[in-house]
Amino acid sequence: MIKKVRSHPSQNEALLFERSSPGKGAWQLPELDVPAVDASVALGAANVRAEIPGFPEVSEVEAIRHFTRLSTWNYAIDHGMYPLGSCTMKYNPRINELVARIEGLAWAHPYQPEALAQGAMEVMARLEAALAEITGMDAVTLQPSAGAQGELTGILLIRALLEKRGSPRRKILIPDSAHGTNPATAAIAGYVVENVKSTDTGVLDLEALARAADGDVAALMVTNPNTLGVFEENIVQAAEILHAKGAMLYMDGANMNALVGIARPGDFGVDVMHLNLHKTFSTPHGGGGPGAGPVAVKKALEPFLPTPRLKRVRGKWAWDFKRKRSIGRVRAFYGNFGVLVRALAYILAHGGPGLRNATVDAVLNAVYIRKQLEPYFDLPYPAPNMHEVVFSDERQAKLGVRTGDLAKRLIDYGFHPYTVSFPMIVHGALMIEPTETEGKLELDQFIDAMISIAKEVETDPELVKQAPHSTRTSRVDEVAAARKPVLRWKPA
Amino acid sequence: MYPENFRYTKEHEWVLVEGGIGTIGITDHAQQELGDIVYVDLPKPGTRVEQGRSLGSVESVKAVSDIYSPVSGEVAEINPILADAPEKLNEDPHGAAWLVKIKLSAPGELPDLMSAADYQSYIGAEK
Repeated sequence: MIKKVRSHPSQNEALLFERSSPGKGAWQLPELDVPAVDASVALGAANVRAEIPGFPEVSEVEAIRHFTRLSTWNYAIDHGMYPLGSCTMKYNPRINELVARIEGLAWAHPYQPEALAQGAMEVMARLEAALAEITGMDAVTLQPSAGAQGELTGILLIRALLEKRGSPRRKILIPDSAHGTNPATAAIAGYVVENVKSTDTGVLDLEALARAADGDVAALMVTNPNTLGVFEENIVQAAEILHAKGAMLYMDGANMNALVGIARPGDFGVDVMHLNLHKTFSTPHGGGGPGAGPVAVKKALEPFLPTPRLKRVRGKWAWDFKRKRSIGRVRAFYGNFGVLVRALAYILAHGGPGLRNATVDAVLNAVYIRKQLEPYFDLPYPAPNMHEVVFSDERQAKLGVRTGDLAKRLIDYGFHPYTVSFPMIVHGALMIEPTETEGKLELDQFIDAMISIAKEVETDPELVKQAPHSTRTSRVDEVAAARKPVLRWKPA
Repeated sequence: MYPENFRYTKEHEWVLVEGGIGTIGITDHAQQELGDIVYVDLPKPGTRVEQGRSLGSVESVKAVSDIYSPVSGEVAEINPILADAPEKLNEDPHGAAWLVKIKLSAPGELPDLMSAADYQSYIGAEK
């Protein structure tokens, strides 16, 4: 039944600390050709650290094997489909890496004089212009180094503009389908969060919004398409309701992969938004990152953008630090520059028509999965989905199998799990986002795996409840790990 | 299942009022939905709370959820056992694992809350 299983080398791997034996090492220094000095005499005893007890001592090959083995337990987009909904785990094209390794870019130093950094500055200026064009906004800052930092920057910009207009106001409205970072952002920016319920079809409730939007509201933070993958078709009216009250529309660009080249947030009333370059624009995610969360704004917010800003002076790029109304820096230097280079490479390699095709394919793939899996899994919100689809475990839960069990069984079939238990408005959610990366062959393998698991739930639910069976370790005790976390190794 | 002498909120908290003091907790339905609870964040005694506003949060392996106060008033006492034994919330949500005691400032709010029978049909409908 299982057509695709990846290998999980099951060799036991001790911690590096446990492999240690005294005197081993993986380094050699040339013999000293100057007189030896006692560090505690030269620097003062207080500045010299004692040996770290239990610090691992291993040979070079032991260190190499240890980390290489660990890497084989990992799963990555280069292994197979990574349908983690809301995360847009698309393939990171190798051309991005090639471009980011061009000597002048890879070795650029942030303190390099402007005259010697014109190429790097041109890369940033072009990326700003491309992102402004794609989003339909007037200006872009590349400084924020993650989506959540982009959100915070965006809300601080709104706060700065409203303060200038007289009052920062008190509240931020957030739909109940939102990413958890939205309320966190609003709270950190000093706002009170007010939830707005979605309609039965899972979109913004305009009546509820109109009731909530009073003179105290600074902004609505909305993700479009929302976390159900459904386009907020009333977004223009929502923007009008807010603007009539002097409030702003913030868009979380997490799901921009469904819009690029098709619809522009700037055209449907968005005032501020962030983008996740590591989602939409194919730069690496997470530990392989770092991330980048550029923020795009309409003209009225442009004076408040973080410093420094790029400007043209006598035909050259220069940094403008003198911007009185700026909210100031949000990050050291100029953002995660290497990531910015990769995103521009992706945009230029695709071109306008190519970016549009990627969007169309991402939506087509998600709709294909929905149509194929609809007979087997409950679809709580039947509105047409875009780049991702959200099922619930309602049918399987009746047999005692929950979304988390289904996800773990998917590992046995050689796929990374989909997103589990999110969005919160769906009970027992299975959130699947294939991205445009997958061809029909891989999609069909995934669909076959999901159907096969749905059948297993009916014939042998225990098999699913105890999955995964093919991995080195099966279920870990998540509860004990959260209640009594062990955060570091300590000598016995 | 749901004690008759408690009043309930739509956000799945309960309150038991005795002599001007409201003991507050989360319902059995809430603990089931949350799953294994790993951390409980409660306000300091003396904190003023308002009906319907967050008074703390409960963290499970799935999510962090706000606790909304069923009544307005001042926090008189917090349950000391939850800091070291958050799992008690899964075991005895209507008893030993109460969250806070609040000195009521607006007892007139109580009729806004649901009775046990209303709550039971509310969670039935929610499913």
